[in-house]
Amino acid sequence: MVQPWTEDFMVSFWIVVMGFLVVATCGLVGTYLLLRRMALVGDAISHSILFGLVVAFMIFRSGGTMVMFVAAVATGLLTVGIIEFIHRQSRVKTDAAICIAFTTLFAAGVVLLSVAEVKGPVHLDAECVLYGEIAFVPLDPAVEVLGLVLGPTPVVRMAGVLVALLVLATVFYKELLVTSFDPALAKSLGIRVGIWHYGLMAVLSIVIVSVFEAVGAILAVAMLVVPPMFAAQLSDRLPVRFALVFLHAALSSVLGYQLSVWLNCSPAGAMVVVGALLFLLAWAVTRPRRAAFPAWTAPN
Amino acid sequence: MMKDFSTTAPPLEVHDLTVAYDRRPVLYGIDLTVPAGSLTGIIGPNGAGKSTLLKAVLGLLPLSAGWVKIFGGPLAQNARRTGYVPQRESVDWDFPVNVMDVVLMGRYGHLPPGRRPGRADREIARACLDQVQMLPLARRQIGNLSGGQRQRVFLARALAQESDLYFMDEPFAGVDAATEAAIVDLLREMKARGKTVVVVHHDLSTARDYFDRLVLLNVRLVAAGPTAEVFTPELLQKTYGGRLTILSDVVQSLGEEP
Repeated sequence: MVQPWTEDFMVSFWIVVMGFLVVATCGLVGTYLLLRRMALVGDAISHSILFGLVVAFMIFRSGGTMVMFVAAVATGLLTVGIIEFIHRQSRVKTDAAICIAFTTLFAAGVVLLSVAEVKGPVHLDAECVLYGEIAFVPLDPAVEVLGLVLGPTPVVRMAGVLVALLVLATVFYKELLVTSFDPALAKSLGIRVGIWHYGLMAVLSIVIVSVFEAVGAILAVAMLVVPPMFAAQLSDRLPVRFALVFLHAALSSVLGYQLSVWLNCSPAGAMVVVGALLFLLAWAVTRPRRAAFPAWTAPN
Repeated sequence: MMKDFSTTAPPLEVHDLTVAYDRRPVLYGIDLTVPAGSLTGIIGPNGAGKSTLLKAVLGLLPLSAGWVKIFGGPLAQNARRTGYVPQRESVDWDFPVNVMDVVLMGRYGHLPPGRRPGRADREIARACLDQVQMLPLARRQIGNLSGGQRQRVFLARALAQESDLYFMDEPFAGVDAATEAAIVDLLREMKARGKTVVVVHHDLSTARDYFDRLVLLNVRLVAAGPTAEVFTPELLQKTYGGRLTILSDVVQSLGEEP
């Protein structure tokens, strides 16, 4: 039952660490997506990113981190641009415009993937695109800095993205807060709402491409949405919600990995299942509290 | 230099302002000057473009034609001197912030990017909350507030902006009587301190008491000036057109007490 921990400790360790980093990073950026009612855009970019990756690999013939990030940001902004273009130029509502944009780009990615021979250093097969393979993460070459072995490349990259995200979210807390809560006020204060919108989309794209290899297009969406929803059940203060996202990441990665060992299934899938169960638990526990009358309706 | 400038240029000057949705004009050729220290109400029927006028002036909507000057210059130059109270329904009240967080947003225009509100900003926010009798609720989540309390939070946030010119979109809509009275007091106090306030207002029966100037709007500008001059049956008839039956009481009362 605890065999993986005693036998292949390093393999298990890196899978769980990667799981934690993926859920925490996605949850952090997902918190802002949900506050802006843009969960569907996360869904869109997580699919259309395939198109950008395939095109980038065809052009550069490499899967280096910078190539990946540039491809991701370009594809993310392209997706958002197409959605807004369709929405503005026709009477198509936003949700339908999102579906048109990302399914088209995803399909184009699938076609290109089979047409072009994307071989060599890059591993991209159809199954991996959809579900990812977090179990392969420990097999990636390790990153070494000044003779110090840090860990497998995807894990180090993911940690870097999470740290960068934390710094950005801390430094620009007030800009993100006011543009999410009250864009009209933000604009009247002289804050460039559009820049923050596209900035968030660029960051979202980088997050998605970083988790893509590990969890794929579909599970990435779950990780964007489930941790913030878990946090939202338990707190109505934004900083507390961020802390709860980290708690959710820790619980779902450790317990999810354990579940995958028991059932001999995909670790990423099991982490999402556990994450969703945690959400259900949080919802059930706090339901009685919310069912009561709001404070202001109580008689004095 | 800034001070001299402000004494000469009016807080708000609008020329030939036209706004269209899908090529259908919702505001057409508006010329308007709001003098400093005035308390101006914008009235007109539903769909007259009252809120659109505020949003256009604040640069929240693209103009089809015309220009807007705030204190003689573009809004971007004077954003800090301009405060805005949007309609209450324009934001999500389930947002994970408390009353204090929202009021502090009023300070954001005074802070450079990356800087968070400090102790001085908190002091100002607390004073503003006190002014609208909301200080005891400073730590309450905004979802647990009544309509009137939410409006007071928005007003406190506007006060925290410490601006010279304020735009308020329907602050009286759906608030309790106590809040309505509190808002009126607040508006008068702001006027007494030399602030200029422009308010979109829907209730004709109170418009005459609340504002010293009125703007009568129905896609085009019908009239603008001191309340005593423009709040007349003829101009109201012109503004509200066939819908005057609704206003018969108001018009009648106008006829009785000149």
